[in-house]
Amino acid sequence: MTYINQGKISYLEKKARVLRRYIVRMIGEAGSGHPGGSLSAADIISVLYFDLLNIDPSNPFDPQRDRFVLSKGHGAPVLYAALAERGFFPVENLWTLRKLDSPLQGHPDMTKVPGVEMSTGSLGQGLSAANGMALAARVQDLGYRVYVMIGDGETEEGQIWEAAMTSSHYSLDNLTGFLDHNGLQIDGPVDQVMSPLPISEKWRAFGWEVIEVDGHNIEEIWKACQKAYTIKGKPTMIVCKTIKGKGVSFMEDKVEWHGSAPSKEQVEQALEELEEEVI
Amino acid sequence: MGKNVATRNAYGEVLIEIGQRNSRVVVLDADLSKSTKTAGFGEAFPERFFNMGIAEADMMGTAAGLAAAGLIPFASTFAVFATGRVFDQVRNSIAYPNLNVKIVATHGGITVGEDGASHQSVEDIAIMRSLPNMKVVVPADAVETRKVIEAAVEEKGPFYIRLGRSGVPQVLEESAEFNLGRGMVLRKGSEATIIATGIMVSKALEAAEELEEKGLQVRVINMSTIKPLDEELILEAARETGFIVTAEEHSIIGGLGSGVAEVLVEKYPVPMKRVGIMDTFGESGPPELLLEKYGLTAKNIKEAVLSLAK
Repeated sequence: MTYINQGKISYLEKKARVLRRYIVRMIGEAGSGHPGGSLSAADIISVLYFDLLNIDPSNPFDPQRDRFVLSKGHGAPVLYAALAERGFFPVENLWTLRKLDSPLQGHPDMTKVPGVEMSTGSLGQGLSAANGMALAARVQDLGYRVYVMIGDGETEEGQIWEAAMTSSHYSLDNLTGFLDHNGLQIDGPVDQVMSPLPISEKWRAFGWEVIEVDGHNIEEIWKACQKAYTIKGKPTMIVCKTIKGKGVSFMEDKVEWHGSAPSKEQVEQALEELEEEVI
Repeated sequence: MGKNVATRNAYGEVLIEIGQRNSRVVVLDADLSKSTKTAGFGEAFPERFFNMGIAEADMMGTAAGLAAAGLIPFASTFAVFATGRVFDQVRNSIAYPNLNVKIVATHGGITVGEDGASHQSVEDIAIMRSLPNMKVVVPADAVETRKVIEAAVEEKGPFYIRLGRSGVPQVLEESAEFNLGRGMVLRKGSEATIIATGIMVSKALEAAEELEEKGLQVRVINMSTIKPLDEELILEAARETGFIVTAEEHSIIGGLGSGVAEVLVEKYPVPMKRVGIMDTFGESGPPELLLEKYGLTAKNIKEAVLSLAK
């Protein structure tokens, strides 16, 4: 269970690059959106959607399915990319992102897109919803697992800590959290805007098991998820150190790429870079 | 009229009954379960009861997640906390995704009494009425409360149900039917109409009785569903009786009175008056004296009717 072979690692790395290519193109076509925090999450999302999640695009509302809640809803492009690549809807739909009448809203809308488990966008709310889903698994005696991704800036919202208490108070060991710790938020570095640091210590103090990983290392992410399955009686937070804009050189670690779209030329340059990485 | 029972007590009882036959019903509370009366459900079904502590925002979000996974969550706290304090959670996590969460708020209005204005919601109906997908219901008495809760279990989608702290007289027959979105004519009359909701229904009936002694035949409508509003019944009353007085234990801004006015102004304008709280906060005091001070008595309704009857 705790062994991942090189073939799978390469496969998931390749899928992460596919997601990044979609993200860049999609936001370029839309002319607006949030590339930085979508790209930082791509490797984690790849591990979930192309290996761990028990989901079936032909039966998206199966009560037994695993759930993933993207609490940092502005990362919608990475979620849409994964759902399209998994076959929840045609890849061509990605190019309708943020356009009138598109199901692909600027922030995820669960009523419009099969596979989107929770409507998010107003930060701080997804962990509460994930807790509800995890409690529902217990009430209904269903064996599914709930995953939730929050941003590091998002932990400035008080509701996150209300929910963090709930996860541990109710011993939700069927819940795995990912903290996309890219260190940047709209107005600047998180530790300058309103420091949530030290972040791992906070989650530990709230009763969570905490595992720190390189959020761009497929093997580390995958192994941390496996370890989380073995932790009983409490939830696990995987603190993923990431780089905002990861994979596109001119976007990496640049706060201005939190919420602006690349130009046509920038899209082309980014796609070239993401192509080059293919081994 | 029967004995005085608080609508929150009826809620606590009917929840347990429903819990026995519907395993999908779960209940959340935010450290007020003894006051909201959900504690009984918690004792009967501990595995389906979640005390969320003093964290209303998290409670609403958790309820959303439970609903997204197919359960029917009832989330309870005082009206003031169930609306204003968590507006964004209710908006974005419940109403926008149209999730099957039943927000049952107790301690609505100023009859909260001694706790004072911080705990008296005078604007909750206005807040919830403004949300797409949200249905808003204010039962008139304990009998109707039971029926409203039963109906909310059956009808998919988010509800805001407003209950009270203090006892209210029974105004409905046990056999009365509650239909979501339909007002109820409790008293026939062709010369004036009072449309009331919640605790003001019994006061409207009282006023109508006194007005009959003066020779005025007054129609009384119990408008428990404030959204979707029964436009047909309002328009019928306007056409047949010529004017309308509304009565609610809520600000005159944004509640039942506003809803009725919106319908009338666009479709059949007739004179109307709103009996309600005049854009002010409440204060500490015994409920009955507060109702008097803030103009929420049968006498106030009667005067409003008479002022338009001339």
